[in-house]
Amino acid sequence: MLLSLCALLAVGAAAAQEAPPQSTLPDMGKLPAVPPATRAQVQPQYVVVLDAAHGGGDVGARFTDKLLEKDLTLGFSVRLRQALASHGIQVITTRDTDTAVSMVARGEAANHAMAAACITLHATATGSGVHLFTSSLAPTPYTKFLPWQTGQSAYATQSLRLSSEISTALGHTAVPVTLGRTSLQPMDSFACPAVAVEIAPLAGGNTTSATPLTDVGYQNRILDALTAALTQWKNDWRQQP
Amino acid sequence: MITRFQRFLFGAMLLAAVVMAVVLIRMRERAHDRLIMAADSQPMNTLSTALSTAQVETITLLVANDMDGSLISVERKFPMPKDPNARARVLMQKLLEEYAAPKSTHPIANASGVDEVFLMPVPQQKGGQGEMAVVNLNAVFVQAQPSGIEPETLTLLSMIATLHANLPQITEVRFLVDGQQKDTLAGHADLTRVYLASDTQTAVRQ
Repeated sequence: MLLSLCALLAVGAAAAQEAPPQSTLPDMGKLPAVPPATRAQVQPQYVVVLDAAHGGGDVGARFTDKLLEKDLTLGFSVRLRQALASHGIQVITTRDTDTAVSMVARGEAANHAMAAACITLHATATGSGVHLFTSSLAPTPYTKFLPWQTGQSAYATQSLRLSSEISTALGHTAVPVTLGRTSLQPMDSFACPAVAVEIAPLAGGNTTSATPLTDVGYQNRILDALTAALTQWKNDWRQQP
Repeated sequence: MITRFQRFLFGAMLLAAVVMAVVLIRMRERAHDRLIMAADSQPMNTLSTALSTAQVETITLLVANDMDGSLISVERKFPMPKDPNARARVLMQKLLEEYAAPKSTHPIANASGVDEVFLMPVPQQKGGQGEMAVVNLNAVFVQAQPSGIEPETLTLLSMIATLHANLPQITEVRFLVDGQQKDTLAGHADLTRVYLASDTQTAVRQ
């Protein structure tokens, strides 16, 4: 220990002796004038947050003994992330495995990303088609610091526009859409345009049969519509001032 | 060095604290039992007495429809008590009977899900007007509630809209489950917040 310390001191002293005592600063009077710096136009990144609802012990809706909402939303989130990534859209997910993620952690992930769109994915056995929900919070003006529980209120108008965009895209794929407003965590804490997408079985008109949630063709139609809507939203979205 | 007197005093105080704790716990248990007995017997007796002397009235129920996410206005005739608290409870009972009926547009297999409805003035310091209804649901009903954003939201909105349609003084509604605050109804709709009667306007089909 002592030997190594002595060796280090010796090396340091040798280096100090070898260093040239010259100044490296240039003569400022001989340099050409530097043009004034211009403010660079930084484009905000287009990031989409996908929040697969539930996970871990929170199973969500129980469709059958083996089919749980938490698994369905996770599978759909993974496929949607791949579809969006193939269109060059940066995606952040709140969970990639079957783990419990707190509502606060989901909100933190979305808000740190400063996302252009936050999509919360759910599934239900009732109703038909896709249910699109935006927050029922009353719109408020945008401020730099937003209350955590009601952060979404500053984005209420943008969320409605995003919901309308998704609704139009789903309409093009002939998937029935129900629009609504609700009070839902963590969506109410999201500081980004946010929509809850709830997938329900596809009722077949006057017949009693319905396309199940697990139908790959049905899921693909919803995936295509969401991908198209979020690709279009890239052009329509404007960050808050 | 602790004197013998101090040790005796400490022991006596410790003993007194333990005895007081036991007495307090026992008194709390007795009070809790009394409250539960009163809650189980009094409202039903009051409600049945009130209903036996009530006049038949037309009531408006805002019934949820899962297929299009709307609330549909339905009129029913039923003997209604005069007391607003009892009226509110009867309204909730009739609404849940609609949901428990066969071929319901919003099926929930439990017609006795509301234990009590309490009406209280909205605090003036919040600038509120009217009354707040506190709807105490029971855990059996919550278990029977289909899970999902739409079904849960429609259940809450239909209750709020039905209360407001028949008792317009109700402007705010809060939900409890077995007397306790719960995070969500069945995993989705937020039960920690106070709902406004105006929240239901977008869902009601004209």
